[in-house]
Amino acid sequence: MKTLAPLLCMVALATLARADDVPMPASVPRAYTQECAACHLAYPPGLLPAPSWQRLMGGLEHHYGSDASLDPATVQQLGDWLQRHAGRGRRVGTTPPPEDRITRSAWFERKHRKIAPAVWQHASVRSAANCAACHAGAERGEFDDERLRIPPGLDGRFLQAWKD
Amino acid sequence: MNARFSLASSSGAKNAGMRPASTLPLMLLLLLMAGSARAADSSAAAQLQRFSAAAGAPGQAERGRSFFVQRHGGEWACASCHGQVPSAPGRHAATGKPIAPLAPAFNPEAFTDGAKVDKWFRRNCKDVLTRECSAAEKADVLAYLLSLKP
Repeated sequence: MKTLAPLLCMVALATLARADDVPMPASVPRAYTQECAACHLAYPPGLLPAPSWQRLMGGLEHHYGSDASLDPATVQQLGDWLQRHAGRGRRVGTTPPPEDRITRSAWFERKHRKIAPAVWQHASVRSAANCAACHAGAERGEFDDERLRIPPGLDGRFLQAWKD
Repeated sequence: MNARFSLASSSGAKNAGMRPASTLPLMLLLLLMAGSARAADSSAAAQLQRFSAAAGAPGQAERGRSFFVQRHGGEWACASCHGQVPSAPGRHAATGKPIAPLAPAFNPEAFTDGAKVDKWFRRNCKDVLTRECSAAEKADVLAYLLSLKP
C-alpha cells in the first residue's frame, strides 16, 4: 500500500498541471542546478528539441557569449539527461529553433507577441531569458497564464498584454 | 543540515531491528551529506594566500578594485554581473538572473570550494578578458573582495 502513495501523488500533480506547463522531470541532476542554473533559470528540458540540446552541450565554451565549459563527465551526464527529457510533440517538435534559442521558437514568439519591447528591456526583466520575471512558477516549469505576475515597477499601460 | 541529520538518525533507529535493506535511504542521505561537506574545503583567506603565493607577491586590494570595475577590451567587466560594489547581490548581464554577493563578508559560501573558485575564474576571465587571469590578478581581486566589510 505504501508504494502506491508516491504514484497517487504523481497522478494528483499531473492533473494539477495546466496547458502551458512544461514540468521539470522528477529527478534533476545536481549539476544542472549548480552549473546551468548559476547563470539562468534551470530551463525545463522540454522547452527545446533533442538536436538543440545536443548542439548546446557540444559547444559550452561559446555559450551565447559566455564560457560555460564543464568537465567532460558532467557534460556527458547532463547531455544524456537532456536528451532523455527533451521536448517533443506538438509544440516543440523536432526542428531546432534559430540559434537553438528557446526565445526564438515559433511557439514562444506566438505566446509573447503582445509583449512590448519596453517590457523585455525593463530593469526588472532585462531579457527574454528571464522567464521568472513574469512566470512566478518558472523554476517548476509552470508557465500557465494563471500564474503570471507583474514585474516590479512595470508601467501600468503595459498590463493589457497580461490580460489577453 | 541539522534537520537532515536528525531525520537520518531517527529513521535509522526505527529501522534498526527490522529490515537491513531499509538502511539504504540512510546511506544515501549520508552520501549526500558527505558530498555537500566536501564542497567547503577552503576559505577566501586561504584562496588569497594560494594566489599570492603563486604570484610571488601579496594581492593588492586597490589594484583588485580597479581590475574588477574596468572593462578589458570586451563588452563586460566583472562588475557587469557582480555589481560595482560586490557586497550586494549582482545580476547576470545577459539573463538577469540574481547572483549572490561575491564579497565573503556578505556571502559565507563565497570562495570556500577551491575547485569551484578555479572553475569560475577560468570561465569568467575568458568572458571579460578573453584569456585566463594571472595568479597576481586573482590575488588582487581576492584582496579587494576581502577588504569589503559590512
